[in-house]
Parts: sequence; structure tokens; C-alpha cells
Amino acid sequence: MDARVQPTSRLPAPLQSLKNIVLFLLKSPTSTFGLAVLALLIVIAAFAPLIATHDPYAQDLANTLQAPGNGHLFGTDELGRDIFSRLVFGARITLTIIFLVSIVVGPIGLVIGTTAGYLGGKVDTVMMRITDIFLSFPSLILSLAFVAALGPSLNNAIIAIALTSWPPIARLARAEAMTFRKADYISAARLQGASATRIIFKSIMPMCLPSVLIRLTLNMATVILTAAGLGFLGLGAQPPLPEWGAMIATGRKYMLDSWWLVTFPGISILSVSLAFNLLGDGLRDALDPKQMNRR
Amino acid sequence: MSPRRIRFYGAAGQIGTIAVTLLGLLLLTFFIGRLMPADPVRAIVGEDATRETYEQVYRSLGLDRPLWEQFFYYLGDVFTGNFGTSIRTGQPVIQDILHVMPATIELATFAILIGAGLGIPLGVLAAVNKDRWPDHVVRVFSLFGHSMPIFWTGMIALIVFYAHLGLVGGSGRMDQFYIGLIEERTGFLLIDSLMAGEMDVFWSAVNHIILPAALLGYSSSAYITRMTRSFMLDQLGQEYVTTARVKGLSRSQTIWQHAFINIRVQLVTIIALAYGALLEGAVLIETVFAWPGFGQYLTNNLITGDMNAVMTCVLIVGIIFIGLNLLSDVLYRIFDPRTR
Repeated sequence: MDARVQPTSRLPAPLQSLKNIVLFLLKSPTSTFGLAVLALLIVIAAFAPLIATHDPYAQDLANTLQAPGNGHLFGTDELGRDIFSRLVFGARITLTIIFLVSIVVGPIGLVIGTTAGYLGGKVDTVMMRITDIFLSFPSLILSLAFVAALGPSLNNAIIAIALTSWPPIARLARAEAMTFRKADYISAARLQGASATRIIFKSIMPMCLPSVLIRLTLNMATVILTAAGLGFLGLGAQPPLPEWGAMIATGRKYMLDSWWLVTFPGISILSVSLAFNLLGDGLRDALDPKQMNRR
Repeated sequence: MSPRRIRFYGAAGQIGTIAVTLLGLLLLTFFIGRLMPADPVRAIVGEDATRETYEQVYRSLGLDRPLWEQFFYYLGDVFTGNFGTSIRTGQPVIQDILHVMPATIELATFAILIGAGLGIPLGVLAAVNKDRWPDHVVRVFSLFGHSMPIFWTGMIALIVFYAHLGLVGGSGRMDQFYIGLIEERTGFLLIDSLMAGEMDVFWSAVNHIILPAALLGYSSSAYITRMTRSFMLDQLGQEYVTTARVKGLSRSQTIWQHAFINIRVQLVTIIALAYGALLEGAVLIETVFAWPGFGQYLTNNLITGDMNAVMTCVLIVGIIFIGLNLLSDVLYRIFDPRTR
């Protein structure tokens, strides 16, 4: 192939548009804050052993419930464990939840949504009815029910959250698929003899992927809050795991005298969920074509 | 077809949809109930029961029948109002739930008043000042409310407003020494205490409800604010608004007497949905504030593993949600002349 025909841009097209989105987000202070917090979260999780000042599981019964300072940045908990180090390692758990929920929910939502949207008719009706049934529960209550049935643990909490957070993704993918269904390139593929499965996987899904990814980001704040809530109720991560919600639950007994036990994990949860919400808000603006042109 | 007939078919279709959703709901709770690793027979007969007793209970629970047959028995039980007995309290589950429900309804109603009272004016303010600083401030304020882990904010609020400032009552529905003083008539403490003429108890109850309700209301105001803002922006972009202004109406007259009037119907719908979402926050906030309501009942049963009670709670939340959706649909039909 002739080299001169290659586009002049050094980045491939999807990365180029990603770069544009990031540049757009950086123009708004709130989205920048969101991006910064998430970048920080990833760095902390990746280098947790280097950042933590103590072993997150090491008990020191001579130094329980120490106030912040004295070699413990955020103080110590009821077993003398360093709260700062526990929060740092807790970032890994938070990231794991985000990652696992995304890789389960994304594909489920995509497959159900695109299949229903492309095939239409009875398949669509049945699939969307099922989606509506899941949507008719608040996500925390349904997650509670699943965890109660499966038994409390971090993995089961992740499964429960994933089982309850696919419906909005499926609805979105369906709406997108319906707009592409009548497109010329789909008819062309069909005339060439491509099967429905092939069209859905090769032609429709890639088109729905960007908006699904964005919707996933928008949902992440809810996922984090649900996971923390399950942890708080003792149905998520089990002790001694340094999950932020579970840390608040154990700190509750000591909260009136030792405020630092509940304060710092709470601020961590709040910052991450706020970061996702601010980022999602910015993304909505970035991808709204009316907004893009105006600026 | 005549308009009346179209309306009839619309209503029939809606009833069909609700019936199917309800059936799906029952299927879901039935299968989640079957998923559980704990053995329901062992929970009843205990560890050292003989094989014969075990088999007998196993059969009496209908567990030897095929799944679909069990599901029909379950349907029959639900429709006759038989939700089983709670292992923890020994009372019929439905009776327990009816007993704790008023506390939650009281809390949620107080909360939605605060949420709507906060969210609607803020949403209008943001829409009118789109892309200027009030819009940004409102956006961050409401996103903040949406982002906070409510169980944590509840604790911090208790530490600050109760333990340090002493401004409000602590956990529970009223001060300890008033408990048992009021005869339960409606179950709604605020109403019961007024009916009994016990003003001390009434003010104690108000003092206790204000903090959890304010937190729940703040968290639900995020959604109400966002929707109010976008509904208002739709209206403000239309020509009749310009006409009103050109005719010489003041800015606030145009906003409140023209644009706002037109979004009232949509707002009612949104508030009905937000009310349902409050139930979710109630589960966590009731745990923090030791509020003897539906949420606490649900979590207590989760911890003791009483699946009968848990599944009934989940089913009831689902039914309330379907009901609220239906209500908002109906309200929309009644109030919006275009749907007639």
C-alpha cells in the first residue's frame, strides 16, 4: 500500500477521539478534578506496597485507637492497625470491584441489548420485559437479596452488583442497535449472506461500544456506593480485608471517641464516587454534539 | 377507533404489562430463594433430627416436587397473602412488615418533602442561570449529595449534630423515656402523639426524624434538581417564553407563572419515582439511626439468614416500585391534557 495515502495523524482514529474527549474534559475544572482523583486512585492501587507506611494487617495491640499523628498519619484502629495503610490497600479492592463489574456488566448488557434491538419483534419484547423486571427493583435491595442467597463475601457482592446493574446498559445498547438496524451497511452485510449472529457481533456491537463504555462510567458511582453499602452491612468484603465500607462498619462502635476510624474511609468513598459523578457529568457534555460545537 | 376505545386498550395493555412484570418479580424472588446454600429443612428440624423427621418436613415443605410445581404453590401462597412465618420473631412475615412499615413511610415522606423543597427551587435556579456560576454551584452541590455514602454521612451527622452540638435527638424514633407512652393507633408516631395530645412526645419525635430525613432528602434532591433543570431548560427555550417577556411580563412572572406551570406534571412523576428510590437509602440510614422501620427489619433478617422474611421484603419493595411507576403514569394521564 502506498505510504502517502496513510492519514497524517499519528494516532489511530479511536485514540484520536479519546484524546479529544480528554482535552475537552480538561477544560472544565470539575471534570479535571474527577480525572485527577481517578488517576490518583490507580497510582495508589498500583504502588500500594510502596506508599503504605505499615503492613495493613499487622496488629499492634499496645497502640490501639491512636489519634492521627505519632507515626500514624490517619491514626490506628481498634486492633492497632495503621488506617492510612489500610486505605491504600483498600484502593486495590475498590479498583477490583470496578474492573470486575465492568467486564461482566458490559458484555451482558451489550449482548442482550444488541440482540433485542437488532432482531426486534418477539425476542425484543421478551428481553425487554426481563430487563424491566430487574429495573423495577432499586439496585441495593436486589443486590442484598442475591448476596443473602449466595452468602456474604466480596466475590458474591461483585456478582450481585453485576447481576443488578446490567439493565440500563442493555436498554442503551438496544436503543443504539435499533438506530443502526436500518443502516445501509447492515443491509449490505445481510445481502452478502452474513448471519444475524455475525452482523450483531461484527457490525452492531462495535458501533454501540463507545456509548456503552460511557454509560458504564456513569454507573460506577452507584456501583461504588452499593459495594460500600454491602460492605457496611457486613455482606460484602469480610474482615480483615481493608474494604472501605467494612472499615466504617467496624469503626462505628468507636465513632464517638475515635472519629478517625470512620472519617477517613468515608472521605475515600466519597471522593471516588464524586470523581466518577463529575467525570460522568463532563462526559455527557463532551459527547453531546450540540455542546461540542458550541464551545 | 373512538378515543374512548383507544384509551380502554391503552389501559388493558398496561394492566397486561403490570401482570407480566409482577409474575416476573415472583419468579425472580422464588429463584433467589431457591439459590440459597442454607438448608431450609435443617433450619426447622435442627441438627440432630432423625432421618424420618427430616424426610417428613422435606415433603411437607413440598421440596420433593418439581420446581415448576413448587412455583405454583408459591404463587398460591402469595395470592392468598400467606408469606410464611418469620423464624426470628415467630410471627407471620406480612404482619411484621405491616408493623414496621409506618416508621419508614413517615421517614420517607418527611425526606421527600425536604428533597423536593430543596431540589425544585435549585433546579429552577440552575436552569435560569444556565452555564453561569449558580448553575455550577448547584451542580456540584447536588452531585455531592448523590455521591455521599449515606450510612457514613449519617454517622458524621450524628457525631456533629448530636454528640457535639446537641441540636437534635440521637438514634431511634423518640427519646428513650417516652417509649411505650403513646398508644399505637396509626403507627405514624407524629400523628399518634398529636392525637394523644402529647406535645412533648411529638417534639421529641420531630427532633429525632429531622436528621435522617434531611440526609435522605438531600441525597434524593440530586435527582430532582437535575430533572427540574432539564425540564425547565426545555420550556425556557420555547417561543412562548419570549412572547411573554416581549409582552412585558417580569422575569420571575415568566419563570414561575408560565414555564414552571408547564413542568408540574413531569415533576409529579419524578417525585413519585424519587420516593421509591428513598426506600433504598432507608435500608442504610435506618441501620445507622436504629430506626425501627422496614430497612432495619430487612437487614436484621439478612444477618440471621431468615430467607422467608428477606424475600417477602424484596417482593414488597418490587411491588411498591411497580405501584409508584403506575401511579406516576396515571397522574401523567390525568394531569396532562395532551394524553387524553
